[in-house]
Amino acid sequence: MAEIALSNIVKRYGDGFPAVNNISLHIDDGEFVILVGPSGSGKSTVLRMIVGLEDITEGDLLIDGERVNEKAPRDRDLAMVFQNYALYPHLTVYENIAFPLRLNKDAYSEEEVRERVQRAAQLLELGEHLERKPANLSGGQRQRVAMGRAIVRDAKAFLFDEPLSNLDAKLRGQMRTEIARMQRNLGVTTVYVTHDQTEAMTLGDKVAVLKRGTLQQYASPQELYREPINIFVAGFIGSPAMNFLPVTQLGGGQLESAFGSFTVPPEQARRLQGAPELLIAGIRPEALQDADLLSPEELEGRALLSAQVDQTEWLGSETYAYLPFESDPAIKEALEELDRDLDGEGMRTQVVAALDPLSRVREGDTISLAFDPADVMVFDPESGANLTRDEERAAEITARAEDQRRRALERAQAETAGR
Amino acid sequence: MKMTPVTRILWIVAFALIALWALFPVVWILSLSLKSSSDVSNRQFWPTEISWENYQLIIDGGARDLFLPALRNSIGISLIATLIAVLLATLAAYAIARLDFPGKNFVLYSSLAITVFPVISIVTPLFNLWSQIGLYDTWLGLIIPYLSLTVPISIWTLTSFFREIPWELEQAAQVDGATPFQAFRKVIVPLALPGVFTTAIIAFFIAWNDFLYGISLTSTSAARPVPAALSFFTGASQFEEPAGSIAAASIVVTIPVIIIVLLFQRQIVSGLTSGAVKG
Ligand SMILES: Nc1ncnc2c1ncn2[C@@H]1O[C@H](COP(=O)(O)OP(=O)(O)O)[C@@H](O)[C@H]1O
Ligand SMILES: [Mg+2]
Repeated sequence: MAEIALSNIVKRYGDGFPAVNNISLHIDDGEFVILVGPSGSGKSTVLRMIVGLEDITEGDLLIDGERVNEKAPRDRDLAMVFQNYALYPHLTVYENIAFPLRLNKDAYSEEEVRERVQRAAQLLELGEHLERKPANLSGGQRQRVAMGRAIVRDAKAFLFDEPLSNLDAKLRGQMRTEIARMQRNLGVTTVYVTHDQTEAMTLGDKVAVLKRGTLQQYASPQELYREPINIFVAGFIGSPAMNFLPVTQLGGGQLESAFGSFTVPPEQARRLQGAPELLIAGIRPEALQDADLLSPEELEGRALLSAQVDQTEWLGSETYAYLPFESDPAIKEALEELDRDLDGEGMRTQVVAALDPLSRVREGDTISLAFDPADVMVFDPESGANLTRDEERAAEITARAEDQRRRALERAQAETAGR
Repeated sequence: MKMTPVTRILWIVAFALIALWALFPVVWILSLSLKSSSDVSNRQFWPTEISWENYQLIIDGGARDLFLPALRNSIGISLIATLIAVLLATLAAYAIARLDFPGKNFVLYSSLAITVFPVISIVTPLFNLWSQIGLYDTWLGLIIPYLSLTVPISIWTLTSFFREIPWELEQAAQVDGATPFQAFRKVIVPLALPGVFTTAIIAFFIAWNDFLYGISLTSTSAARPVPAALSFFTGASQFEEPAGSIAAASIVVTIPVIIIVLLFQRQIVSGLTSGAVKG
């Protein structure tokens, strides 16, 4: 149990390039915090600095208020699960899990070691594999052994570095739920690194989004989704990713796009005053609906765009429609850079709409897309800032999420104690 | 890969041919060693009657004074050379595998270059030098040139072994609460041992099999190793070919090699490190 605080942490590797640049984070006792970002954004570096495997170039790292910058890993008393598990191949599963206890011979009797290993093995359903060697285990089992080694002692905090990235999709989903449940039950402070926004959104109480070594936003998943601070966070969080449409400001909140024009509500229009003429509008795929399926009442107050469908994908629960467009050369560069930052696979000058599966649009059709203009975010192409962000609402969302977390944690603890 | 019956049969045939090719000389020597002196030229592959005469000759008979000291020299010199070579190579390979220093690749590739250096070209100068400084016909006089054979190849193989070790485990151990030394002793040493063993065996065989240095740098049984001693064998009488006793001696010196390989074949074959990381 511990709270971890990073203040103005900088990491420069040998070449002088700051892999982590001036990051400050406060992680509360019992909180589950995710570090997320594209590969190379410095997530692992932050984690390794917390655990003590990497020197901190500048800044302070506090655990429970005590500065630990110079402490050796063993004196920080944190448990870590490595991306490739880092199991000891010459030891059995039992000995792998017992390893941290064996290093502390005075603290644990043989009897207690057995008890603790059995308990961890039971929790992770490793009971029948205790005598096997890691080489003979499946990926998921190895992953659980690595977790067993972390939870077997009462470490102050758990650190995970992309623990699920080597598992197949189905197992990943299962283990994700498992990790969430375990963290709630144990109530241990956890820092979890991933590049997968789904893991970040589902697991985290709070999520820190990193881009090239700098912290973009540190907030609840709900706030990241609804009130992202900039275009990078908006594009990174959410699946399928947010659509970015170049728009021209016509005044009075009216925005002209390649698919037609629409008007944002007055409150947002006010925030756009003084903004440049060329802007980027962000609309989430799930905010777009097929206008043909809506009744006239439902269409009330909706904005409409019309576009030709290039491709559709029917997924059962929804249908994705892809609508390509030619992007304005002035905006194109900003969008290309964003795509690079997001580890994109190429230019994304198309809009994706996640439609009701009942929608009958097919390739080549012209579709009318309806959406609530209040759901539109508008970004400055130069700085990437979210011009329509509502600070008040953002604070409210995160306060509510924090409240929920407290209650969930208390409930889980009460349950564990009651058993 | 699933094998069709045809490819399977082809594989078996190929294996059989290779085994025949490799084992034929060994079996021939074995058969020769079991022929009595009158049987050696019996113009057939197998002995007419199994005879232990040749073994008796080298262990207890006329060739005894030639063979037994040579066996002692071979064992002693090879073991010492192996020990020193592995010790030096372990340190060098650890540095090459783990540290970044200028000239690292130079060390690695020059050690590879040395392994292909023709031995014959340095034997004569070495003979002159050794005669002058008194190393001729001594153990040390052989150990030093053997090191020149074994150290480079040991550095080369150990480096590739050490590069395979998941060094990240050392960090995992430290996070688990180990001191740097504990991490090394409890995690790295057990993983490195199979590589060190394999290298030791390779180095030992190189020293054990040497003939050229052995024949050129020794003159008496004070330091002469078995391969060199074999060339001094004579028959039971002057008029007999020593083929039988040479064959028997060859079998005797081959046995330790076979035993070592059988004992350590698991370590030699299997990379014990598999399963440490994702797979
Ligand atoms: N040991 C190292 N030496 C030099 N640069 C490094 C080292 N480790 C990481 N980096 C650099 O630091 C940056 C962040 O790396 P990392 O923390 O591993 O990112 P992530 O885990 O988010 O993928 C990258 O640009 C990477 O090239
Ligand atoms: Mg990483």
